[in-house]
Amino acid sequence: MDGARDPRSDETTEQAGKALAASGVAVRAAGADDVVAGVPPRWVALPETAEEIAAVLRVSEEHDLAVVPVGGGTKLHWGAPPSRCDVLLDTCCLNEVVEHEAGDLVVRAQAGLTVEALAEALAAKGQELALDVPVPGTTIGGLVATAIAGPRRFRYGTVRDLLIGITVVLADGTIAHAGGKVVKNVAGYDLGKLFTGSYGTLGVVADATFRLHPLPPSRTWAAASFARPVRSGPGGDASEEASAPEAVRLAGELHAALAAAAGSQAEPVAVELDWPDVTGPATVAVLVEGAASAERADAVRALLGPEARTVGERPGWWGRLPSAPPPSRDGARAETDAGRDEEPPAGRGETLLELRASPSRVAGALAAVHVTALETGTPAAVRGSAPAGVVHVALRADAGRTARFADALRARVEAADGRLVVLSAPPEAADGLDRWGRVGALALMRRVKERFDPGGRMSPGRFVGGI
Amino acid sequence: MSTLERLTARLGAALPPEAVITDPVRLRTYECDGLTYHRATPGVVVLPETAEQVAAVVRLCAEFGVPFVARGSGTGLSGGALPRTDGVLIVTSRMRRILEIDIAGRRAVVEPGVTNLAITEAVRDQGYYYAPDPSSQQICSIGGNVAENSGGAHCLKYGFTVNHVLALQVVTPDGEIVELSEQDAGYDLLGAFIGSEGTLGIATAITVRLSRAPEAVTTLLAAFTDIESGGQAVSAVIAAGVLPAAIEMMDALAIEAAEAAVHCGYPPGAGAVLVVELDGPRAEVERQFTAVERICRDTGAFEVRVAASAEERAAIWKGRKSAFAAVGRISPAYIVQDGVVPRTALPEVLAGIDRLQDEYGIRVANVFHAGDGNLHPLVLFDDSVPGEGERAEAASGRILDLCIEHGGSITGEHGVGVDKARYMPRMFTPDDLDTMQLVRCAFDPEGLSNPGKVFPTPRLCGEVPGVRKGVHPLVEAGLAEQF
Ligand SMILES: Cc1cc2nc3c(=O)[nH]c(=O)nc-3n(C[C@@H](O)[C@H](O)[C@H](O)COP(=O)(O)OP(=O)(O)OC[C@H]3O[C@@H](n4cnc5c(N)ncnc54)[C@H](O)[C@@H]3O)c2cc1C
Ligand SMILES: Cc1cc2nc3c(=O)[nH]c(=O)nc-3n(C[C@H](O)[C@H](O)[C@H](O)COP(=O)(O)OP(=O)(O)OC[C@H]3O[C@@H](n4cnc5c(N)ncnc54)[C@H](O)[C@@H]3O)c2cc1C
Repeated sequence: MDGARDPRSDETTEQAGKALAASGVAVRAAGADDVVAGVPPRWVALPETAEEIAAVLRVSEEHDLAVVPVGGGTKLHWGAPPSRCDVLLDTCCLNEVVEHEAGDLVVRAQAGLTVEALAEALAAKGQELALDVPVPGTTIGGLVATAIAGPRRFRYGTVRDLLIGITVVLADGTIAHAGGKVVKNVAGYDLGKLFTGSYGTLGVVADATFRLHPLPPSRTWAAASFARPVRSGPGGDASEEASAPEAVRLAGELHAALAAAAGSQAEPVAVELDWPDVTGPATVAVLVEGAASAERADAVRALLGPEARTVGERPGWWGRLPSAPPPSRDGARAETDAGRDEEPPAGRGETLLELRASPSRVAGALAAVHVTALETGTPAAVRGSAPAGVVHVALRADAGRTARFADALRARVEAADGRLVVLSAPPEAADGLDRWGRVGALALMRRVKERFDPGGRMSPGRFVGGI
Repeated sequence: MSTLERLTARLGAALPPEAVITDPVRLRTYECDGLTYHRATPGVVVLPETAEQVAAVVRLCAEFGVPFVARGSGTGLSGGALPRTDGVLIVTSRMRRILEIDIAGRRAVVEPGVTNLAITEAVRDQGYYYAPDPSSQQICSIGGNVAENSGGAHCLKYGFTVNHVLALQVVTPDGEIVELSEQDAGYDLLGAFIGSEGTLGIATAITVRLSRAPEAVTTLLAAFTDIESGGQAVSAVIAAGVLPAAIEMMDALAIEAAEAAVHCGYPPGAGAVLVVELDGPRAEVERQFTAVERICRDTGAFEVRVAASAEERAAIWKGRKSAFAAVGRISPAYIVQDGVVPRTALPEVLAGIDRLQDEYGIRVANVFHAGDGNLHPLVLFDDSVPGEGERAEAASGRILDLCIEHGGSITGEHGVGVDKARYMPRMFTPDDLDTMQLVRCAFDPEGLSNPGKVFPTPRLCGEVPGVRKGVHPLVEAGLAEQF
């Protein structure tokens, strides 16, 4: 903590509050619902335009206020808690489609617009933003700031690949644009890339322009199940020695199925793995969309083995982040027995990891999750776009086990040139946890942050290396 | 001794023998890129063979405060690789190794001097290819592609260099070697570096994504009496939800030039031709092809040819691919312009270009990537006629104004370089440009990496106000995460 700055005198606070109120932007006192990862802000500002965002940020600069932007608030607990937070800048009032020229397959939308509202507007013209359907309430700004993507990243890439223009407001209130509203454009630096995945630490995204795709005429899934790894010890002895070879076998089978689908000339748009508990069975599902999707999905099905089938409906888990499996017999039982009647609500108390590995190293990465789960006695779920090099891992355990799990898995993954990031963790587990792992260009990132936000007031402390 | 001479004296120790060029005659072979009317003789040229050697040269530049410019194959069309007479030109032509091919991981690692096409050639047998395909792909380097974020005819469906590069090894302007990877947490510096035209450092190794070769490819040539009906066909194809790999258009003058140069045998009397390529799974391509053919006929195509073989496909593309060079047959000199407009604005902008021809008394041949509104007007002039070069230049600039007025861009793939830096303020506000240059200040506060390109006026970086330099001492000591 930068102890020199806080706590500030009441007088300073009062002056800052007055200045915010005088900015002409709607501002209210923060309440219990506005807490950011355990840190309560003092005010919530509700700007309606980029100019109003700038007004809030200028006052914040004058009065040295720390600002955290918020969209739908669904992922405010992701990343480390802010080292301080005075103003929560809520984008909910910036919620319009600024421009949608259907013939150009391009849309410009304000940051606070929800992805559902956007999808509805686009569907009316037979178009879509090819980023899958995130959880309800997700905003455009939140989507850009977290850079999270769904199954179709395999074909369409992620936010960065579909974002063609952006308006941002910097910490000092400067409003800047980059890119534009044409898909092909190499004029100037691509600030959109820089802000994608920046978690509110470089400035506020005011609006974003995306390239669109026509809604596909049809979608078909091909899916196959894979039996659980068999434990060799009687009674399911969960020692590493006993079942590691089995896990390696299953991981190898999954890898082979995923790779075959990914390399298919039937051109699937998504190749997903769902392994709700790494000691249990797994599913590989593949989405084919567009002309002749049924025929093409059938070609993929043939690659997945004799048991595979095709379906016209998305699997229930499709495009959802994984949830931690219930605690197992052994390790985790003791902890939860006490509070048995009170199952924590989904997502609470859970740790979510993002694992990245080259598609050629999927088998090793999956086996690593399995082995780590056994070794630490912590059940884990894996889901994601393995052939695109990204899967998510969910687990629920006490602080010690969570840290041991993350450290052990990271050691294995990084040894194979992969990466492991802790996307979210319950507050009690957060302390002993290295969230980010190895980052090649941290010094450069710090320099970028210093240039964009020299006062360190935008979502301070939330990002890699304490940025 | 000048600063550059003192630096040059130390280059020998950093590089293999024969890797330092100071002979004036040899230096002159590097004086321009593909845009030959900007010329400058480099102060000194180096031909490093490894990233460490590049880093050593850059460190010397940093030490002496001498500017440096990277150069790949020199095919750039915006003067991006224009050397500095007072600086070092770092040429990657001896960094041509393919370091790794990982088909299962669908990626390859290559040195920056490797040509674009060489990657595809190395993996084609295994059913893969490297998707971005600039027309210059036989000679342009992958390092140059990264710097320019190059595209190609097929980027309508597959995207640009930035969508196909997974990691870079970069020598930063202070001479450090860093890894920028899409796998890493943190800011997308990889995305910011690509397309920065050599102003943020030098790429010394590039990890590219390999794409699976499509099962089927169909190429069709449709001839229209005029460019308007060709344009309608393009709009109708997109509106039908078809995303072709490429849709290219040429107008009568461009066709005339191509016929003169390569005898491509396009349908006589065509006021415009459209080349449409569909690729992907056979079943999908067949259905889309039926739709596209019908649309072309409905919008007035008087002839539609379909390539039945690889040779016939090559014949269709021959006219299109030769178009730039071909106008040399019908005009003593020409300017290749590169601008972008929203597709829906194409008819208006083409009409605007028509009016400019009359206004300036010059001819413009139009060749363009119609699917994404990327125009390449070829402004023809006779350099032996006094004043005509200036008029062509002025008309060419007005075309960019038309693009900007219609919400487009001053460059879709050739980059800003020195050539278009002065147009940047027409497209971006001073705040936009200053904000972009914050990135420059983070990477290159001294402004030594390819200075004078992209931005019309450099931003003075200065010290960062109000912050500690570097990391907190506690962090340095490993005692705390910095908050
Ligand atoms: C295909 C897909 C599937 C998904 N599936 C799931 C799922 O199953 N379960 C699940 O929990 N999540 C899922 N997500 C995650 C997703 O919905 C996130 O919740 C979302 O990206 C965050 O949006 P938000 O508006 O709630 O952001 P917030 O939670 O409000 O903010 C998230 C972060 O972004 C910053 N931020 C927000 N707005 C701005 C702005 N305008 N400028 C700068 N920074 C800003 C915040 O400061 C914060 O750091 C999925 C996402 C996708 C794309
Ligand atoms: C006939 C012709 C057709 C063309 N067609 C296309 C096309 O279809 N699409 C398209 O996009 N472009 C096209 N171009 C433009 C050109 O080929 C591309 O811009 C290409 O990427 C340049 O590569 P190069 O190796 O020749 O780079 P150079 O011209 O040598 O350099 C270009 C820029 O890259 C920088 N640079 C070079 N290497 C590095 C490195 N290792 N690290 C950092 N910076 C570096 C240089 O400093 C310079 O700013 C065409 C050019 C010609 C002559």
